Amino acid sequence: MTELHKIRVEVNGALVERTVEPRRLLSDFLREDLGLTGTHVGCEQGICGACTILLNGRAARSCLIFAVQVDGAKVMTIEGLSNSGAVRHLQDLFSKHRALQCGYCTPGMIVVAYDLLQHLPSPTAQEIRDGMSAALCRCTGYVGIIEAVTEAARERVAAVDCATPVHMTSD
Amino acid sequence: MQNRPPKSWRDAVEHEINIPDQPILATDKVRYVGEALAVIVAESRYLAEDAAELIEVDLEPLPAVATVDMALATDAPKVHDDLKSNVVARLRIRKGDAAGILASGVRSIRHRFTNHRYLAMPIECRGVVSQYDSRSDSLTIWSSTQVVHWVRREVAVRLGLPESRVRCIAPDVGGGFGVKGHVYPEDVLIPYLARRLGRPVKWIEDRHEHLLNSTHARDDRHDVEVAFDDKGRILAIRDNFVKDSGAYTPVGIGAPSNTIAHLLGPYDIPHLEAAATVVVTNKTPNAPYRGSGRPEGVFVMERLMDLVARELGMDPVELRLRNMIPPERMPYSVGIPYRDGVPVVYDSGDFPAALHEAINALGGLEAIRAEQRAAWAEGRFLGLGVASFVEGTGAGPFEGATVRIDPSGEIFVATGACAQGQGHETIFAQVAADEWGVTPDQVTVSIADTGSIALGYGTIASRSAVNSSSAIRKASAVLRQKVFAIAGHLLECAIEDLELRDGRVSVKGVPTMSISLAEIAQAARPGWDHRRPPGMSGGLEVTEYFEPPTVTWAYATHAALVEIDRITGAPIIRKYVVVHDSGVLINPKLADGQVLGGVCQGIGGGLLEEVIYDQDGQLLTGSLMDYLVPTASDMPPIEVIHRETPSPLNELGVKGLGEGGAIAPPVAIANAVCDALRPAGYEIFATPIRRSEILKAIDKILG
Ligand code: FES
Ligand code: FES
Repeated sequence: MTELHKIRVEVNGALVERTVEPRRLLSDFLREDLGLTGTHVGCEQGICGACTILLNGRAARSCLIFAVQVDGAKVMTIEGLSNSGAVRHLQDLFSKHRALQCGYCTPGMIVVAYDLLQHLPSPTAQEIRDGMSAALCRCTGYVGIIEAVTEAARERVAAVDCATPVHMTSD
Repeated sequence: MQNRPPKSWRDAVEHEINIPDQPILATDKVRYVGEALAVIVAESRYLAEDAAELIEVDLEPLPAVATVDMALATDAPKVHDDLKSNVVARLRIRKGDAAGILASGVRSIRHRFTNHRYLAMPIECRGVVSQYDSRSDSLTIWSSTQVVHWVRREVAVRLGLPESRVRCIAPDVGGGFGVKGHVYPEDVLIPYLARRLGRPVKWIEDRHEHLLNSTHARDDRHDVEVAFDDKGRILAIRDNFVKDSGAYTPVGIGAPSNTIAHLLGPYDIPHLEAAATVVVTNKTPNAPYRGSGRPEGVFVMERLMDLVARELGMDPVELRLRNMIPPERMPYSVGIPYRDGVPVVYDSGDFPAALHEAINALGGLEAIRAEQRAAWAEGRFLGLGVASFVEGTGAGPFEGATVRIDPSGEIFVATGACAQGQGHETIFAQVAADEWGVTPDQVTVSIADTGSIALGYGTIASRSAVNSSSAIRKASAVLRQKVFAIAGHLLECAIEDLELRDGRVSVKGVPTMSISLAEIAQAARPGWDHRRPPGMSGGLEVTEYFEPPTVTWAYATHAALVEIDRITGAPIIRKYVVVHDSGVLINPKLADGQVLGGVCQGIGGGLLEEVIYDQDGQLLTGSLMDYLVPTASDMPPIEVIHRETPSPLNELGVKGLGEGGAIAPPVAIANAVCDALRPAGYEIFATPIRRSEILKAIDKILG
């Protein structure tokens, strides 16, 4: 019989305490114990990225992490990011550019895109492609996804440019 | 569990079909790695997996039949002991006299082509949940299926229940592409367990199981001869092919008969003889995946076009144009039967125009060839690859629609289609909104639920836009007569004087004399104080079934400009163009999505994806680490150009478009790679396209 472990995790800003088996995957912990089913599971092999969450602020694959490993850490799931409005604009852009069909990859895609834009404020086209390659989509051919993230990145650069007087041009 | 071809097909095609059913669980014999032989029910998946470890299976190893050659050997072990051999089906279709032409001394070439095994791989795996209600002895099944009515029928038959006590729902399925398009053992097993245990039972497939146990696709080998004259006219084709169906063939002869029906493509070729041999092996069952038999035939035909052009020293584009059916010969009768038993007649379109348009989108043939020569002069390898094809879409036999106007005036539509992300709710709402002069948000669409419509066929074979939309239109037309009759009664005028506009029925030319759909629905209610004309039955609801006469023929040309990376051998697609005609588009944005998603899958199939077995029938590609699915970085710039030639076969003029994108990329890219490496005389006869082979060709050129 496996020993149970008590873990304390900050999930989407709230402290959660639970007892888990050491082998319990973080993805199962989030989906089944906490009912946060926005985190999707497409492979449990660390490839598809559907299960991507933020762990202490960086994108991570929850299917490759045991729940006991996040004891004391901060986890942000797609629910936390959308309820706080942090990814609201990305979601609108995904909708605008038809960046989803079945939507199964979408929560992971949004988290990957959010993480990419947080850490690469003005990514090149190639950096967007490479960055978004962290998650698989089988429906869209990625065209809308790349367009949505590109537009988000462009707006961000424009916003920064406007806020910085040295970058302003006379016209 | 298979679909039986209709009698008209059985009468028209030489055939012999002996396809065994797949058991729910293996009993006497396990026929492929991954076939389920026991089921464990537990409180959690973790416990169930612990229990699985405790099962000791005592299996006696038998000699494996891992390839079609092993299956066809005279002393081959039999995959199914009760069959005469490992051949489960043979089909043969002829028109004209291909054998005679080939023997007559005209020019000809012969080649062997192989389409490898790859698969659909939706990002959401399969899953089934079932709940049993002991009070009413009824089952509800939530299955990630594309065919809810088929699941209901199969469960009802196997468990001995009337269909009315089984409901199957498939809400928001995470991708399908064909792999969820038939009934699986789990679709029956999970409801059985729920009934037996009296508790809800859930099964979610994991990715490893998906690769082992969800159906694979493609996987055939063609021996082809083609006869042609000096002007480049193709005279005859003879194709004998063997399809590796794996251990079972859950959708019967669908894919190989598609291969035959689509082989001649957009070309006017007078003589054909095509024969398929479907063989069972110790591999995962093979079933339709986006394209279903068409990519295989198109690979053969479009590689042949380039090879014949090479023989004649002619540009492959020119050779295609010389053989293409001109628009003035539409509708064009091919002279062979389709899978529905009806003779193949291309209903409408302009094949050469699509080819021209694709080439022009890449800069025009002369400019492309000039650039290619310049590249060669610099030691770079640039090539143009073209693939033109036709696609029978919107297959029957039927789809139904219930259209209802509720007392609020909102339109309710139910149909047997099942969506996996295509946007069915959107387009069906558009179609109904047009029928009723309302906006799409005033339409509620119910799909993928046997509880909302009695009979349905489901979403496979690029059929839902054609069949469900037409059924909605048909039901709406019948219901409109009743609506107008009630409106005429209330407005005291003749039905001919009425028109539908903005959700109201009004007297033509007198917009003030009008009545809303809500008021008409209230007037139509059965019971006291209704306001229907005398003798008319109550309610505003009609169910109609659309039965298409046969398929509509979509067509396309794909063209790729590819440069080879000299160091890695990787074909880099500089630009990919799709010129596609699926008749009238209901929603162009959604149509783009279907084409782009298909092209991505086709690129994956051509370059990255491969199911590999060893000689013992052991799967070597059991994870996404071994089986490569394209990522965002693998996608080239793609331009999609739609042509819209209405189909005469349905009132909306639509043709299907779910599968087309995935059909041509493997061969368009292969043709481009061979064109780039023409100085080495390099030709591709098998997919996937392998960099190791490309590097050898480069070495040959560079010495
Ligand atoms: S489910 Fe975690 S990467 Fe696929
Ligand atoms: S939208 Fe279906 S997998 Fe991405």
